[in-house]
Amino acid sequence: MIRLEDIHKSYKMGKSSLHVLKGINVEVNPGELVAIMGSSGSGKSTLLNILGMLDVADRGHYELDGITIKNLNEKRAARYRNNLLGFVFQSFNLINYKSALENVALPLYYKGISRKERQKVAMGLLERVGLKPWATHLPNELSGGQKQRVAIARALVSKPKVVLADEPTGALDSTTSYEVMNLIKEINAEGKTILVVTHERDISQMCNRIIKLKDGEIAEDSLTANGALNK
Amino acid sequence: MSSLRVIFDRDTWQEIFGSIGNNKTRTVITIIGVLWGVFIYIALSGSAKGLDNGFESIFQDIAMNSMFVWAQRTSIPYEGFKIGRPIDLKISDVEFLRKQVPEIEFIAPRHTRGAFGGSAGRVKRKNQSNNYNVYGDYPEFTKIATKRIYENGRFINNEDNKYARKVAVIGERTVEELFEKGEEPVGEYIQIDNIYFQVIGVHKYVPGGGFEEDGDIFIPFQTFRKIYNTGDTVGWFSIAAYDDVDVIKVEEEILTALRRRHRVSPQDNRAFGSFNLGEQFNRIMGFARGMTFISLIVGIATLIAGVIGIGNISLISVKERTKEIGIRRAIGATPGEVKVQVVIENVFLTLLAGIIGIVLGAGLLFVVNLATQNMENFPYTNPTVPLIYLGGVVVLMVLLSTLIGLIPAQRAVSIRPIDALREE
Repeated sequence: MIRLEDIHKSYKMGKSSLHVLKGINVEVNPGELVAIMGSSGSGKSTLLNILGMLDVADRGHYELDGITIKNLNEKRAARYRNNLLGFVFQSFNLINYKSALENVALPLYYKGISRKERQKVAMGLLERVGLKPWATHLPNELSGGQKQRVAIARALVSKPKVVLADEPTGALDSTTSYEVMNLIKEINAEGKTILVVTHERDISQMCNRIIKLKDGEIAEDSLTANGALNK
Repeated sequence: MSSLRVIFDRDTWQEIFGSIGNNKTRTVITIIGVLWGVFIYIALSGSAKGLDNGFESIFQDIAMNSMFVWAQRTSIPYEGFKIGRPIDLKISDVEFLRKQVPEIEFIAPRHTRGAFGGSAGRVKRKNQSNNYNVYGDYPEFTKIATKRIYENGRFINNEDNKYARKVAVIGERTVEELFEKGEEPVGEYIQIDNIYFQVIGVHKYVPGGGFEEDGDIFIPFQTFRKIYNTGDTVGWFSIAAYDDVDVIKVEEEILTALRRRHRVSPQDNRAFGSFNLGEQFNRIMGFARGMTFISLIVGIATLIAGVIGIGNISLISVKERTKEIGIRRAIGATPGEVKVQVVIENVFLTLLAGIIGIVLGAGLLFVVNLATQNMENFPYTNPTVPLIYLGGVVVLMVLLSTLIGLIPAQRAVSIRPIDALREE
């Protein structure tokens, strides 16, 4: 599903340049639930941004669902993001003046899908994450866990190939974190490929596979107990 | 999505209403600039039009291309005549001028007692008496300056002149002063300088039409000539040129012809006097037109300032919404779609403000029109803004707000989505 070959990325900091990713090689198969771990500065967010086409690698080959991602202009990146990827962020990133339902339906708007159809699909997903009764509520009327579930519904609404979750439990207490992770696991169990960036050990253990980054390189790539069991 | 489709897409509007309604106070303050500009433009140009109409209605009873010509004294010795020779216009000048100046449509020789100094006619009826200006006229005069005659009466006609009938058209004030209330003046007799005249009509006084008054009495020119012994002289000519000619040129031609006929030096500008109503009219209409022009400039300038204000606020709004825009782009909005939304928001706010401004401006014009309806002397009638100006201002608003909107739109997509998302 995802193939990264020798991905390099460095940032210019004044005169010196910071080499953040130093040749990343990863292959993710369809249906995997992968945790990307690492301390801050290890390059995990940069990797996720490159995967999410929010950032471009300096060097290397990136393939997503058989499509080689290169020569991205903003328009094409937007189209790819819209069709291939779903995002879940640490700070939820819901639009605060739109109801839960409208937030979930927004990616479909940019896909050019009719309003009726959007509402229907979005409502289905809200039901899936257990928030149908909250469909008309604004984000600030929802709890953190509920917000993240709305965000997950939004990430799934356009039927993406891959869901990228950047610290999805980072702003949640542990009980809610487990609820959200269980939801992610359920969705994974339905066959969706999901990458979760986290620095929490217990969260990463809920995934099938853990990729540990250290100083811009892969330090460890192993299956969890879960993953081993599933295999 | 093509940008045209986007405009007619209900969802686009939902998005726009969502983001505009998100911050109502700011939206209201934003649009006040444009609203004010359009309001001022509508109020000013409507008033200019109202003045224009007002002047038109004041002048409607006078041919716009008419003039008066009278004789004075020479100021240059010529052909052996001394300086200061008094000149009299003659009745025969009428035919002469018609031949010499074919641009003349109507020419009416006139006489008066009282209007230009000298004693007015002493008018008596029963035991009432008063002094009124008396004019000797041909019916042609009414072609140059309309006289509104009350029903059951008439103005002087050619027969009256042919037989030098002793008939008179009197004014409203004369009726009031010489007749009992409710008494019918037409058919009654009055004495003008001790000669009996039959009243054949009462004219309605129309203000603003030159030097005439509500007490004026009109009698046939030929009758005037007899009772006041004016011989073959004429007091002055009232002349109307054809509609499509240059009245100033015609005036010059008439004066030149008269100088020749009365053996006055061609350089003598003081032997004949003239007053060109057409010229005055053009001057006043020029003023009204100037008002329209000024209102156009002021309105457009204010409008531009308002649109720039909207663009300015839009820039702030885009900055405030950096994160939202980042989210939208992360979930699949293309830069084009983001830009179109910002521009449409800008145009929409401008148009909304403009329409409110138009409605308020029209409301003000309506109220002022109602308030001045009964003020006959106030030249302000039916203030309207021509549709083409209105359309023009709308087109201008769309154009300007699109252009100005491009700045915040460009700003909105200049930040990379990843940086936008990071913004807290």
